[in-house]
Amino acid sequence: MDRFVFLTVDGLSRGAVYAAFALALVLIWRAARVVNFAQGAMAVAAAYVAYTVSTATGSYWLGFVVAIVAGLLLGALVDRVVMRHVDHASPLNPVIVALGLVLLIQAVLGMVYGSEFRPAEAPFSRSALTVGGVAVLSPYDLFVFATIGVVVSGLAWMFARTPVGLRMRAAAFAPEVSRLLGVNVGGMLTLGWALASGVGALAAMLVLPTELGLHPHAMDLVFVSAFTAAVVGGLDSPPGAVVGGLVVGLLLSYVSGYAGSDLTPLAVLVLLLAVLLVRPGGLFAPVAARRV
Amino acid sequence: MPPREQLDDPGGRPVDRRRGSTLLRHLAVVLAAGLLLVAISYSVEPFRNFQLATVAAYLCATAGLTVLTGLNGQLSLGHGALMATGAYTVALCQTAFADRGMTGGWLLPLSLAAAIASTVAVGAVVGVAAARLRGPYLAGVTLAVAVVVPALAVTFDGVFNGEQGLSVPVEPPPLSLGPYFPYERWQLWVTGAATLLALLLLANLIRSRYGRIFRAVRDDEVAARLAGIHVARTQVLAFVVSAATAGLGGALLAVLAQSVSPGAFSLTLSLFLLMAVVIGGLGRLTGALWGAVLLVALPDLTHSVTEMLTLSPAVAQRLEGNLPLAIFGLTLIVVMIAAPGGVQGLLSRLGRALLARRPTRRS
Repeated sequence: MDRFVFLTVDGLSRGAVYAAFALALVLIWRAARVVNFAQGAMAVAAAYVAYTVSTATGSYWLGFVVAIVAGLLLGALVDRVVMRHVDHASPLNPVIVALGLVLLIQAVLGMVYGSEFRPAEAPFSRSALTVGGVAVLSPYDLFVFATIGVVVSGLAWMFARTPVGLRMRAAAFAPEVSRLLGVNVGGMLTLGWALASGVGALAAMLVLPTELGLHPHAMDLVFVSAFTAAVVGGLDSPPGAVVGGLVVGLLLSYVSGYAGSDLTPLAVLVLLLAVLLVRPGGLFAPVAARRV
Repeated sequence: MPPREQLDDPGGRPVDRRRGSTLLRHLAVVLAAGLLLVAISYSVEPFRNFQLATVAAYLCATAGLTVLTGLNGQLSLGHGALMATGAYTVALCQTAFADRGMTGGWLLPLSLAAAIASTVAVGAVVGVAAARLRGPYLAGVTLAVAVVVPALAVTFDGVFNGEQGLSVPVEPPPLSLGPYFPYERWQLWVTGAATLLALLLLANLIRSRYGRIFRAVRDDEVAARLAGIHVARTQVLAFVVSAATAGLGGALLAVLAQSVSPGAFSLTLSLFLLMAVVIGGLGRLTGALWGAVLLVALPDLTHSVTEMLTLSPAVAQRLEGNLPLAIFGLTLIVVMIAAPGGVQGLLSRLGRALLARRPTRRS
């Protein structure tokens, strides 16, 4: 029972990070109809910037803030310099360009920092507090839950309640009409990319201390898990992404706890295939009419 | 109603009787390429022979990916994993043969056939899933395959020997070729022959009824369905064909390197293959050739560049591993934005421009 509680809390904590990362994927998918396969690499790049700042100044929190700012800037840059100029006629094109970005970013990181693992420090203790003899959750888990909670509710509030959020939704939903109504559609798109990339960078900062450390490929498997989370929830649904993230986190935690951590990649693949074969549009997607 | 010949034409173009049968024409090209390869294999040094053999192995995989992505419109990021399937099958088969003390020229083809068969089985499973998926979903699933399959080698290290991988015992060239026959030349012959055979089959497939159906499904699924084409079956078939060639390519690479390890078939390899196909030119087998050449030539080129610069060993090592990747990535982005037809598209456009100019000069 102790083990079950521990695995559940650990799974929820990882799941919260996957949820944030999946949410970033969903943000870009809704805004630009692009699945940003470069998101893992972009997030790692931001984390490396944070690592540089943290080791230079000795302050974790300065690095944390810098990572998010770097993520925001990188997202805007990727949109302005690369994605904007890609022909979106075929859905393959943006995917291929994003993969080119993956190669480029990981190679540049490898050239600058080398490909050895760098330690990623956690700002709080990762040893669990015990309540009534049962190890429940660590201060770091609490920090993760709080941060993700703030980000998710902040995004939800922004999209639902603020004029900028309304413009962003309008620009994504009906670009032509919004442009006629005076919405800066291109600017909203860049903002969407920046926000998503910033959330991705935040997620990377939260997940890296629980993994082996900082490495150009550190987010590959996290990306696959987050993509699975986004697909479980249906790529179009932000609440779906959050639920999907938690589900994937729990599943991976149970699999690695009860069956061995080697099997987690396989579990992700099986879950992804199972969901897509049963509901090709994701569990939370409305039943779509066939496009003609 | 168009004339009967036009309906029967495999390539969708009006039949030109003077050009003869497609099969004969492709056979002639393949024979010429084979003779050229043999001539080259005698005239260049062993290392170049080995590089050419590597190009041939990659060409198998890129040609298959061209058929899948360029002709059928399905994106696969998992071809590195399919190559791994072929490579590990060949390693297991060759080891089994060697353990039983079996020798003979027919063992290697048998292992290659087994590699193709196992990859076809894996490809069919992925293909059935892929046929239900579109665009980013398909990319995501195949990406997961590319990340997960190499990890399986570590999970089941009893069979696959974990990160170290397996060695592939390969017999020396037959004695009938003489005692001093260079091993690299023999490698080039073997991989060249296998690749040319695969290319011949693919070229004929592209020009056949199936190639036309592949293109129809790529261009408009609804129209294809209305025309009586079974879309899902076609997509699975394309995936299986593509998987078979990828498996052969992986098996050949394993035979060349005489070892397999999960590190050689990482996600990066899958991205490399896709990049090679896109830069070469999607939908053309010649584009696959350019891509395969690039895959071998570019790391070699960056290696010689980093050797020319005087750098500290640590910096040189970092550059050498990553510079090709950076160039690949950058080229991929630039090509997708500036020249979506790739190298072969540029060449064709150039050729057409030159051809178009000639008659005007005459008149």
